Amino acid sequence: MAQDHSSAFVRTQEIPPAPPPPGETGAVHWIKTNLISSVPNAIATAVGIYVIYWLLSGLVPWIVNGTWVTNNIRECREVLAGSGGGCFSVLTERYAQMLFGFEYPSEFYWRPSLAFALLFFAVPPALFPMYLPRGMLIATGLYPFVAFWLIWGGTILTPIGALAGVLVGYYAFTKLDKYGFAAALGGGIVGAWVVWQAFGMIAGGMPGFLALEAVLSRNMGGFMLNMILGVVCVSLSIPLGIVLALGRQSSMPLIKIVCVVFIEFVRGVPLITLLFVANVVLAYFFPPDSNIDLILRVIIMITMFSAAYIAEVIRGGLAALPTGQYEAADSLGLNYAQAMRLIILPQALKISIPGIVNVAVGLFKDTTLVSVISMFDLVGMIRGPILSSTDWAGVYWETWAFACILFFVVCFGISKYSQWLEGQLRTDRH
Amino acid sequence: MTTLSDPPKSDFRIGMLLSDTRYRSYTFQFIALLAIILSVSYLVSNLLANLDRLGQDLSYEFLGAPAGYDINQQPIPYNSQDTHLRATVVGAMNTLIVAFLACLTATVFGVIAGVLRLSNNWIISKLMSVYVEIFRNIPVLIWLIIIFTVTANVFAPIAEFRIPRDGSEPARTLIFGVMAFTNQGVFVPRLTFEAGGTIVVWTFIASIIGIFAYKSYVKKHLFATGTELPFWLPALAILVIPTLLMFLILGRPVGVQLPEMGRFRFEGGLQLRTSFIALWFALSIYTGAFIAENVRAGILAISKGQTEAAAALGIRPGRIMSLVVLPQALRVIIPPLISQYLNITKNSSLAIAVGYMDLTGTLGGITLNQTGRAIECVLLLMLFYLTISLLISLFMNWYNNSVKLKER
Repeated sequence: MAQDHSSAFVRTQEIPPAPPPPGETGAVHWIKTNLISSVPNAIATAVGIYVIYWLLSGLVPWIVNGTWVTNNIRECREVLAGSGGGCFSVLTERYAQMLFGFEYPSEFYWRPSLAFALLFFAVPPALFPMYLPRGMLIATGLYPFVAFWLIWGGTILTPIGALAGVLVGYYAFTKLDKYGFAAALGGGIVGAWVVWQAFGMIAGGMPGFLALEAVLSRNMGGFMLNMILGVVCVSLSIPLGIVLALGRQSSMPLIKIVCVVFIEFVRGVPLITLLFVANVVLAYFFPPDSNIDLILRVIIMITMFSAAYIAEVIRGGLAALPTGQYEAADSLGLNYAQAMRLIILPQALKISIPGIVNVAVGLFKDTTLVSVISMFDLVGMIRGPILSSTDWAGVYWETWAFACILFFVVCFGISKYSQWLEGQLRTDRH
Repeated sequence: MTTLSDPPKSDFRIGMLLSDTRYRSYTFQFIALLAIILSVSYLVSNLLANLDRLGQDLSYEFLGAPAGYDINQQPIPYNSQDTHLRATVVGAMNTLIVAFLACLTATVFGVIAGVLRLSNNWIISKLMSVYVEIFRNIPVLIWLIIIFTVTANVFAPIAEFRIPRDGSEPARTLIFGVMAFTNQGVFVPRLTFEAGGTIVVWTFIASIIGIFAYKSYVKKHLFATGTELPFWLPALAILVIPTLLMFLILGRPVGVQLPEMGRFRFEGGLQLRTSFIALWFALSIYTGAFIAENVRAGILAISKGQTEAAAALGIRPGRIMSLVVLPQALRVIIPPLISQYLNITKNSSLAIAVGYMDLTGTLGGITLNQTGRAIECVLLLMLFYLTISLLISLFMNWYNNSVKLKER
């Protein structure tokens, strides 16, 4: 077949891709699709922009024109002279009270501050175990004792004794483990108890040994009190919650009933009623001559409260495990304690971590309720000593904004962490 | 052929209580029972010793004594000479009122915010996520106090509504002549009932039930014949006509009483106090943020394939939502929604922080402080909330069972 080459056009190069038509790309396209794609959408955009303008028109002058240096609200009003600025000097003047309460000795503010700073070394090894060496968990383990010593003061022998008791108990537990879980647990508790008694006597004999000046619990206040209650109660309630969750799954009817009744009872009543119990009822159930601190009673009740919620989260984790895991443990000949410790709980807890973090955030927010039983946490401080003082009566926007920011930073941070963790733990799909 | 031998029937030995799994659980339960009995008796003996030392006893007789304090919101008639029991009942009713209203408005806020957060309008969806994150991460107590302080300080004092001596216009007037926002609360019209008024109300309730009956009839008719009966117009007729007829026949027994400015304060109308408004609004807007998340999760849980399959069958977009997506999403949304209602009921006990006289304010607050009957009061308080919680959980279990996917 003859070919005619004369009029042939053969492209030797590919045409470079043409740019998308203007209006189908860039900012214009984005605005078209996301903001004004239809009439209702455009109206919604206008409403949204107006709301943002309204919020900013109040907020910006308030912050920009605000004053930070006056001594009381009258001076503040003179300086501001109706400019719409905020009276932030209440924060510069009273921030210490909001953070530490009004009775914590001001010369010791460095102690809780240091304890707070150390939190950033103690917590990450537990929160990010996949990125940090396991050895750093020692810092996490030591933290409660160091923090207790820093915040409450007293002789260093008390936290050292507590730590020694825990170590001895743990050692006894590992040594006795071959005789069965119950024996090991009993041995561990006895060992720890003996050491605690011994150190209790030593510390009682030498109250001045390497002592920081002691601060009474009732002098704790401000945001520090919220942090203490939150951290202590969550850490205590996790082991208790595990026990309750296992008890609820137990095949022994008596144990099951006790756990179910406890969990459902605590979950069914508001935290305030439990705080009332801590405030006015719990003292009736202690021996007549005992004098238990209000803060300790509150810690007991809040721990019970959050333990019930954490138990339900962990129960969800236990239920989510396939039955094969339980059967595999049985077929390996593991007894109940071994099966739980080695096979079931590590997986169930991994599933429940995001839920536990959610409970922790909720609990941290709920620590503000202690202000109702006249403890001076952050909310109590602002409502009581600060807003009712003659110097700062009426500076509510600034003080509450400060409280909101503190809580928002902590809670938002933790919930973002929980979302991140959920992504990390989702190993089964991409 | 193999023979199966019976398992060896060994005699029961005392050691088997520990070593044999068949008996060990009895041992453990016995030990647990012993421990429970011991600790309970220890606590009770402490309790008795403490009561004895303080010269107190446990009795509920104080409930019959006159309360001697006033309650500022009374759903049923009450005065300070009535008993503590009546004060408790008034408090419980106030709890239920605020919890019920907050559940309604929280659902409205939550559904709106949850749907808008999925909107394709970037500004609106971002605004809604800011709302959700801000309200979820700050304690409800702080919101409650902020809203309470703001309503008490930002709204105009009642004095500005007063007609000045010289007869000139007052600084402020009622909005549309029916409502007033003041720093002592919101004044709204009140419904007044004369003789026969309740009959009108019952007629109204009966016509609402009638609408549901008509709806199920329409559905049955549709399934039986394939033709659709009109729904909205007849429903409107059922709603309005019987009530209106009854209203006119009985001689207009239901009236509206508007709030009016008297010499010093508002007379007539219904005063919604600042504490009530603050509690209601704070609970709704805080829980609304949580409900928004539930709603969003529920809608996202329905896979896109469902919408596309429905569209492929030629169903109109509005019907896809109501017939395909929503019924499935509701199954995901409603259980967490009900537990949010439970949270609202429990959080309504925060009323004590702003002085709203709910059950915690009456029984757990003033009655407890006046009589000193701490154990009895706290026990009753817990019992009330526990009953509500258990009722709601029962309802939730019933609902979960009724919407569970029926697998065959």
